Amino acid sequence: MDFSYSVLIPLIPLFAFLIIGLGGNKLKALASGLLGTTGLGVSFILSLYTAYQYFFVFGKSAEGVYQKIVAFDMVWLRFTETLHINMGVLLDPISVMMLVVVTTVSFMVHIYSMGYMKGEVGFERFFAFLSLFSFSMLGLVLATNIFQMYMFWELVGVSSFLLIGFYYQKPSAVAASKKAFIVTRFADLGFLIGILLYSYSTGTFDFGLLTNVDGELIRKGTEAGFLGLSMLTWSLILVFMGGAGKSAMFPLHIWLPDAMEGPTPVSALIHAATMVVAGVYLVARLFPVYALSSPDALEVVAYIGAFSSLFAAIIACTQFDIKRVLAFSTMSQIGYMMLALGVSGYGEHGIGYMASMFHLFTHAMFKALLFLAAGAIIHAVHTNDLREMGGLRKYMPITHITFFVALMAIAGIPPFSGFFSKDEILVAAFEHNKIIFFSSMLVAGLTAFYMSRLYFSIFWGKNTHYHHTPHETSPVMYIPLIFLALVTVFAGFIPFGELVTSDGKALHLHIHWNIAIPAVLVALTGIGVATALYMKESKTPDKVVASLGGVYKTILNKFYFDEIYMFVTKKIIFNLISKPIAWFDRHIVDGTMDGIGWVTTTSSEKMKNFQSGQLQQYAIVFISGVIALVLIFSYFSTN
Amino acid sequence: MDILTLFVTIPVLTMLAIGFAKNTQQVRLISAVGMSIQLLNAVRLLFAFFAERKAGNTAEFLFTQDLVWFKSLNIHYAIGVDGIAVAMLVLTAIIIFTGVFASWTMKELTKEFFISLILLATGVFGFFISLDLFTMFVFYEVAVIPMYLLIGIWGSGRKEYSAMKLTIMLMGGSALLMVGLFGIYFNSNVAGGELTWNLQEIAKIQIPIEAQRMFFPMLFVGFGVLGALFPFHTWSPDGHASAPTAVSMLHAGVLMKLGGYGAFRVAMYLMPEAAQEQAWIFIVLTSISVLYGALGAIMQTDLKYINAYSSVSHCGLILFGLLMMNQTAMNGAILQMISHGIMTALFFALIGMIYGRTHTRMIDKMGGLMKVIPFLSVAYVIGGLASLGLPGFSGFVAEMTIFVGAFQHADIFHRVATIIAVSSIVVTAVYILRVVGVLLLGPIKNDEFLQLKDAEWHEQLTLVTLIIGIAGIGIAPLWLSDLIGEGLAPVVAKLLAAIH
Repeated sequence: MDFSYSVLIPLIPLFAFLIIGLGGNKLKALASGLLGTTGLGVSFILSLYTAYQYFFVFGKSAEGVYQKIVAFDMVWLRFTETLHINMGVLLDPISVMMLVVVTTVSFMVHIYSMGYMKGEVGFERFFAFLSLFSFSMLGLVLATNIFQMYMFWELVGVSSFLLIGFYYQKPSAVAASKKAFIVTRFADLGFLIGILLYSYSTGTFDFGLLTNVDGELIRKGTEAGFLGLSMLTWSLILVFMGGAGKSAMFPLHIWLPDAMEGPTPVSALIHAATMVVAGVYLVARLFPVYALSSPDALEVVAYIGAFSSLFAAIIACTQFDIKRVLAFSTMSQIGYMMLALGVSGYGEHGIGYMASMFHLFTHAMFKALLFLAAGAIIHAVHTNDLREMGGLRKYMPITHITFFVALMAIAGIPPFSGFFSKDEILVAAFEHNKIIFFSSMLVAGLTAFYMSRLYFSIFWGKNTHYHHTPHETSPVMYIPLIFLALVTVFAGFIPFGELVTSDGKALHLHIHWNIAIPAVLVALTGIGVATALYMKESKTPDKVVASLGGVYKTILNKFYFDEIYMFVTKKIIFNLISKPIAWFDRHIVDGTMDGIGWVTTTSSEKMKNFQSGQLQQYAIVFISGVIALVLIFSYFSTN
Repeated sequence: MDILTLFVTIPVLTMLAIGFAKNTQQVRLISAVGMSIQLLNAVRLLFAFFAERKAGNTAEFLFTQDLVWFKSLNIHYAIGVDGIAVAMLVLTAIIIFTGVFASWTMKELTKEFFISLILLATGVFGFFISLDLFTMFVFYEVAVIPMYLLIGIWGSGRKEYSAMKLTIMLMGGSALLMVGLFGIYFNSNVAGGELTWNLQEIAKIQIPIEAQRMFFPMLFVGFGVLGALFPFHTWSPDGHASAPTAVSMLHAGVLMKLGGYGAFRVAMYLMPEAAQEQAWIFIVLTSISVLYGALGAIMQTDLKYINAYSSVSHCGLILFGLLMMNQTAMNGAILQMISHGIMTALFFALIGMIYGRTHTRMIDKMGGLMKVIPFLSVAYVIGGLASLGLPGFSGFVAEMTIFVGAFQHADIFHRVATIIAVSSIVVTAVYILRVVGVLLLGPIKNDEFLQLKDAEWHEQLTLVTLIIGIAGIGIAPLWLSDLIGEGLAPVVAKLLAAIH
């Protein structure tokens, strides 16, 4: 089977970007929107076709194992004989799955944005950037080698930067975009050093060679140690640092809540469904190496994931900005995916791997749905603040129902998709590590609680009086909601275990009721508590808050992490390093150079007095010189 | 006339023609035509070079010519180019071409200005085609001296001070170079016979190690002053701040590259043993430069100072890459010369254009320019992204090649130095985004700026040419990297042979 057409999937959005970007001023707004959307639509259909061909027709080898197919590959830049960056298309279960995720969400977001961004200044620019992002994300997903991935990784970062800062005249948006870029850039420094270290010991960037479990490279670098860990472990931890930055894992998460300054469709696409899971995808891509050669690095992934998941879920309970609640929820759910990878084994023990990918898929759909619904709500009531909402179920029935579907899915209530994927994660955690398992259970309860709090505060609660009566959005905005809601309802029944596994062999899975039932009970408890507190307007939440006192305040302020980072950058790096360097350069280094100049001019100033033109003076100097020399010579010759 | 000599003749003829021009209009037109022909000639050379290589000509230098012009010292007009020199010639042609258009609105003493500017470029062209060390040095001086006039007369701010400082520091460098070159010359006949200045001849012999130990640092520092080697970089912020736009473009774009080019072509190629011995000193200095320049740029408020410090950082990376002394890193260093050359020319052109409109270079006095001058602002953002090493632009290609090359050294010293240098990518992002955020984004601070006009045709031509340059290399780097790699092979072979 020839999959070479799949190279078009990323290229179509690229062309759309170039056409809209270069001809933006001349194109009508609507034309650029339609161009971008159509382009993505074609990519979407091609991706579905590829997925069908790959999973059900040609993907399996004779032994029934899904293969890695390189559909396209060319050398882009050569460093040494073996180290070269290629541009290519790699098809394997996870990349094909990601193709579907990215193009589905991106296509829906494009359609939605036609309505959401209508009449905005910079409509063309918005669609140009969306196309650029889609291109970069697809390039990342399809990368055949780690350096290609890194390149698209950076491009994804810059698209995110451009889109967060879309309202560039708003200082908070500019600050947020800067923060997102710099924090992820810092993480990418780790990624880059990781790649360089890793490729130095293995001599290749190619995923096919690096992750070949029968090959010799997979164990390269496990011996030479540094501070008790092998070189390979160090490089994998550094690579994971890049992933943690992009996926907003603790402690590199601080950019994600601020990134909500971008237009809401952007949050849905980039900061919920696609870019933020790139870190998970990265670990999954290198999973055989993590699992087989560096369990220590995988352990780091597990703990960072589990901690981030809990940390974010706690903060999400206290936030009032609906997009920020969703942002922390995203961080928490990505923590789930990370920990699932972290606790997973390889091959037939790879349930965590499969669960992580499964959750990535279902989460992308329902979280995109939640963000798009949030966008519709914000559009209708012109505020992000939960406290200014309430009773919206009457005004926005479609948004209400779709939001409810997503709520059920994220809370893990059967038969919605989130239930299935979360169940597998909990099973994997239970088998591997009890602490992580209990923390995940706690997170499940918290998730159900804060999502229900969000839901009730928006759609139930008090009957707020609005200046303009809110109304349901236009079809162009609610059709994507309905589509994603349908996916969310049915995605749980996709036999993921058959399709996406760590070694390409099918895993036969069933629901573990001994874990599923407690998990559902925990979720129901969370929902129950939220119902009691928020369904009707009441004073109880305030009382609870008052009784928590300082703890609540700390959580509300996100454990003061922004302040800590601010302190480090502003006070330490800017004021204690950068300013002194600038001063040092101007006054010490340059001062020395000027000083040399000064010494030269001043001494010549003094010396020129010797050239007085007076014969008597010359004679005196001459004679005293001769006398001095005579004295010196006679002194030395007598010795 | 042979194709290489044309690189000197065309500018000389252009200067003569400018001498006869009657008004500013004609001066501009003649300069533009002359430099367009020069650019075409450079492109022609590129194709001719590829054609020769394809035809199987494997000589290290192609299109060679050799004429004696000073018999008693055996000085020749010896010329020839390898892949690297071709790339540098094309770079120079692009920068001077755009530099002419960036000076389109120059009003005072236009005739003298354009003559000096083109004279400067002539020196650079001559430098890159020379194979005779003395001739090379003469061209070098031809390039450096007009700088004094260009800054002193057409500059702004503390122009006399800056011009003097720059000239004296570069002359200090020249003095070291002169001594170093004589050192090479008097050691060029180890086997007996006539002393020679010819690079190819000298490369065949091994200069005695004692002489190398003495003259290598002189040459490396001498060239390093021009390449903004820490701590000899301080002429750069003041010099750039005072220089007129086109001069900054040419200076940072190509003149600073003479430093890096000379450092490897003369110092390292001819004295590889000393290079291996003493590299560590300069690796320390350059890895400091890279981070120090970037950190120094963070808190600056004058656009030109920001770019000057950024140049210190980027040029530090050039020398750093060269000192790693393997094929990959040195290839990256030369890519970085070209990349930084175009990028910094773009920045200085933009700064000149913005200054011409707002009459200030202080970023805190401006803000929200994206709204009023979108063309210039978008160009600035593109330049910024290229500068922070975004894939798709030349900076990424160059930096990654250097880093991958540098990582081929597994010892702790190189690793630490490399990681220091690599970490500059974060600091660069900080200062670039700070400028973009303060200067271009946010609300408009000054209502007078609402009246600003966006780029005119000659400005658009300048910017688009340069952007095509960085994006072109960034998207399809393989041919350039191969072109450079082939030129580097003999140099690297000598350096590797010198490891004990």
